[in-house]
Amino acid sequence: MTINEIQDEIIEDFELFDDWEGKYEYIIDLGKKLPELAEEHKQDENIIKGCQSVVWLHAYEEGGKVFYEADSQAIIVKGLVSMLTKVLSGQPAEEIMKADLYFIDKVGLASHLAQTRSNGLVAMLKQMKNYALAFTSKEATTK
Amino acid sequence: MSQININKVREQFPILHQEVNGKPLVYFDNAATTQKPQVVIDALSGYYSGYNANIHRGIHYLAEKATSAFEASRKSIQEFLNAPSSDEIIFTYGTTDGINLISNTYGRAFLSEGDEIIISTMEHHSNIVPWQMLCEEKGCVLKVIPISDDGELLMDEYHQMLSEKTKIVSVVYASNALGTINPVKEIIDAAHSVGAVAIIDAAQATSHIKIDVQSLDVDFICFSAHKLYGPTGMGALFGKRELLEKMPPWRGGGEMIKEVSFDKTTYNEIPYKFEAGTPNIADVVALKTALEYVNELGLENISAYEQELLAYATDRLEAIEGLKIVGKAREKVSVISFVMDGIHPQDIGVLLDQQGIAIRTGHHCTQPLMQRFGIVGTSRASFAVYNTKEEVDLLVEGLAKVKRFLL
Repeated sequence: MTINEIQDEIIEDFELFDDWEGKYEYIIDLGKKLPELAEEHKQDENIIKGCQSVVWLHAYEEGGKVFYEADSQAIIVKGLVSMLTKVLSGQPAEEIMKADLYFIDKVGLASHLAQTRSNGLVAMLKQMKNYALAFTSKEATTK
Repeated sequence: MSQININKVREQFPILHQEVNGKPLVYFDNAATTQKPQVVIDALSGYYSGYNANIHRGIHYLAEKATSAFEASRKSIQEFLNAPSSDEIIFTYGTTDGINLISNTYGRAFLSEGDEIIISTMEHHSNIVPWQMLCEEKGCVLKVIPISDDGELLMDEYHQMLSEKTKIVSVVYASNALGTINPVKEIIDAAHSVGAVAIIDAAQATSHIKIDVQSLDVDFICFSAHKLYGPTGMGALFGKRELLEKMPPWRGGGEMIKEVSFDKTTYNEIPYKFEAGTPNIADVVALKTALEYVNELGLENISAYEQELLAYATDRLEAIEGLKIVGKAREKVSVISFVMDGIHPQDIGVLLDQQGIAIRTGHHCTQPLMQRFGIVGTSRASFAVYNTKEEVDLLVEGLAKVKRFLL
């Protein structure tokens, strides 16, 4: 599935919820289901510090695709992290770099990516794209 | 029985009468900033629509009127703090700015290598970082008064820390994160006994506790208008005349000078020596209105009412299984910090916000204090004069829902 196909699927999922409770139950559930990041990846270099909670992001490249594993101390952030990795993990680096993540706005979670939430998600998204960029430039130099 | 007519009070705060996420707003983030009564909002717009002009140097009608209102506000702060003279009231951007002013003037002029500065574990970053910067520059030593598990200063340890090396003691009057009211009179007297100057960060105190700088005998005290029902971006510093007079100026520019030539500049008298540039005139003027508002309600009445809310909320929150209050000092302002087993504070904040309830979560700009308690942060509800027990009930219901969601 492409990035946009996954986004559209998430948007469809969210259309089932007619109130905030259903929506947050779903996000919390995603957070609970996201496997904990292995301790070896919870190093300082993988930490993205928000003002309130920490996000860990580990990335690796395989066959021209970038894979992400992430975690957070706060469960709602973890649920959001789970959605971001679902959309971007396993995609070609070039696609990740130019991805427009419109689903965040469409499902009514834009405020979580606003600066005021200070939860590290904005920084995480930036870092995900940075990794993609790093992997493409590495590829370019090895070719 | 409380002297506060809560319905009348609430009518005066237009912002409270709105819905957030489809629920009536419950505003429990008052330790971050209080809301503003209509009279303060009117004072701001009244200034801009009636007599906006640059102050002190103009000879026209509007400049005279603006200058009078500006200086009348200084006078009202003098009375509010019972300062000997209005010359000892310096306008600042807020508490942080006041502390930075002291560290950059008094600190840089009179401290040297090996001198000691004492602060406490429960300080806001604004009363830590300026001193660390000074220590780095001057080679001074920062000492920190420890606290008990209940969040009270260990006063015996403080007394033992004091010596002839102590030059500054700077302590918070009331803790923003725990609510603890510190024994500031004892702290100040002990500082004086070794010849140190005593600074009190009163950011969290002014809206709850009557402050008398003369009976406290405090050397410097700082506060912010916006935590006192006044406008954002301004505050004041009280300093004893003999200290302010011997301190060098900090920021240079207009207003703070007597005469300027390229060879030599002489500085203005206090308070103007410390007020370079055009000040925040509108907000200064509106602070006077905020003080009048507080005086009219009566700080004692406000405080008595808030203490009722605090006691009620403490009882109700303590009854929630898995909830632990952080900060159980005997004397507290109306601030309750708490943690819940297995739940990150940020999740509490997000889910309460969905229910229209505004609290603050995180480290509250007191990271060393959080480290002391071994926690990443707390959830904090802080009450002002317009809050009600019904709102506390909504918080309790909201937290029950948070638990159902997360556990």
